[in-house]
Amino acid sequence: MRRLGHLATRGIAWAMGKAIILLAHVVTAPRAVWQGVAPVEERARIYFANHTSNADFVLVWSVLPNAIRARTRPVAAADYWGRTPLRRFLIRHVFRGVLVERCGMRDPQIACNAMADAVREGSSLIVFPEGTRNDGTRPLGPLKPGLYHLGRALPGVELVPVWIDNLNRVLPKGSVVPVPLLCSVHFGAPIRPRAGEGKEAFLVRAAEALVALRPAGDGAGGCDSDLPPTAEADNDTNTDSRAMTALNDRRIAA
Amino acid sequence: MNAVDQTLMLLFAGYGGLLMLFTLTGRVLAGAAAAGRLDRALAENFNTRTHAWWVMAALGSIALMAGRTGVIVAFALISLAAMREFLTLTRFRAADHWAVAAAVFVVLPLHYALIWVDFYAVYSIMIPVYAFLGLPILSALRGEADGFLTRIAEVQWALMVSVFCLSHVPALMSLQIPGFEGANILLIAFLIVVVQFSDVMQYVWGKIAGRHPVAPGLSPSKTVEGTVGGILTAGLIGGALFWLTPWSPLQAMAMALLAAVMGFLGGLVMSAIKRDRGVKDWGHVIPGHGGVLDRMDSVIFAAPVFFHVTRYFWSLS
Repeated sequence: MRRLGHLATRGIAWAMGKAIILLAHVVTAPRAVWQGVAPVEERARIYFANHTSNADFVLVWSVLPNAIRARTRPVAAADYWGRTPLRRFLIRHVFRGVLVERCGMRDPQIACNAMADAVREGSSLIVFPEGTRNDGTRPLGPLKPGLYHLGRALPGVELVPVWIDNLNRVLPKGSVVPVPLLCSVHFGAPIRPRAGEGKEAFLVRAAEALVALRPAGDGAGGCDSDLPPTAEADNDTNTDSRAMTALNDRRIAA
Repeated sequence: MNAVDQTLMLLFAGYGGLLMLFTLTGRVLAGAAAAGRLDRALAENFNTRTHAWWVMAALGSIALMAGRTGVIVAFALISLAAMREFLTLTRFRAADHWAVAAAVFVVLPLHYALIWVDFYAVYSIMIPVYAFLGLPILSALRGEADGFLTRIAEVQWALMVSVFCLSHVPALMSLQIPGFEGANILLIAFLIVVVQFSDVMQYVWGKIAGRHPVAPGLSPSKTVEGTVGGILTAGLIGGALFWLTPWSPLQAMAMALLAAVMGFLGGLVMSAIKRDRGVKDWGHVIPGHGGVLDRMDSVIFAAPVFFHVTRYFWSLS
């Protein structure tokens, strides 16, 4: 009987997973661009992505090839996903998320350990090192140091930068109805903390790796695209480097 | 099997044979490319396109076989995919989220529902008048003025192009042409085949004989030779397909030429939009072709004109 219940749970979870993937494809026709890394993995990886929307990890999860998706677990906030029975079912059985207390609320070491344990058990992770959703004023917010600690705690695990493009317009902060827009998910070359590399230096490198994945024609829907394509591309680079400088300043000040 | 179905079967066999010819040509091109006598990318692109044509032809045939319902549902889905692509290139903001959501989830289904119940008096003005007035109101209520005219104009354009104009293809079902009762689906097949054939032949003639760019500022690949050759070939094929229409061969040829010319001009307009936004294709869902809008741009501009000319000269309602 328990075995039957278990099978039923797995069946329902499988169907819900497929339905969610179908929905993601109908709304955003997501395109995976594997530009710095191949869509195969012999060892566990940590995919770290920019965070602009509640649906971020769903999109990354949807575009992963089946075999990789089966071993990849999103890291999610325990308080949000524990709130209703549906959310609990989704995060536990469909996404098989690693639940952590939000950074800063408890000892960050506990969250870090939970993630590291999941990787040691053979899972790959999807993490959002910005911590909170980007407010849209700059391409990328400051990264939390958890990514660095994870990298140090897990030697040999690849940290893959992932840029999610356009999803913030599909489901902006505060809205529940998504609008259909084409999205893409860009996977870059893996990075690792180098020998002797400090926390600050590594986080700057990680942020640079993310921003570098931003598509060149990006900003068609952005706020600064009244310029011809080439000038626009230059302009984008400038904005990004300015953002990076600002980002560094903030971090040093903090 | 009734007469209309038999005619459709004949048409399917016709373009099936044509695609077979393209597939064989693709084999020859691939062989030439392997031997180094032809650009490999050109051969690969030709074969990818042909493969996608098989899929599109199969889906189109299924929709036509399903009749009125099939065609309306198919075009509602194409409109949704087209909206998805058009909106991606627009600059709407979070303040326009309600307006965009209403355009996609209220206006689009309502418009096709009105076509379904054949309420011409309403569906012919809902988007051009009521969506035109209503969606800017939704945007204005959010109180953000920055770039307002651009934002609302782009959302309206998305609807006009992706939904309103395109829906004139299934709307052909509602025309009442004496002596052609129950056969309107053939008119839809005629329009689609002629316009798509014109696109293909413009591409083929352009590759064979293209020398002089027709609009270098908008689309570097369109040439005078390709355009003229493609449109004239489409006119001839239209005349030869008169048995799909209520018209004589000469009338069918004239209508085919009209659709092909509008299709070409539509391609120019849509190229100008893509070029302005710095992209080559509208999307990536059709391998070798780009997005749904890359394939439908000519149909979008041809359909309303084809519909109104047919309605004015041949239809009772």
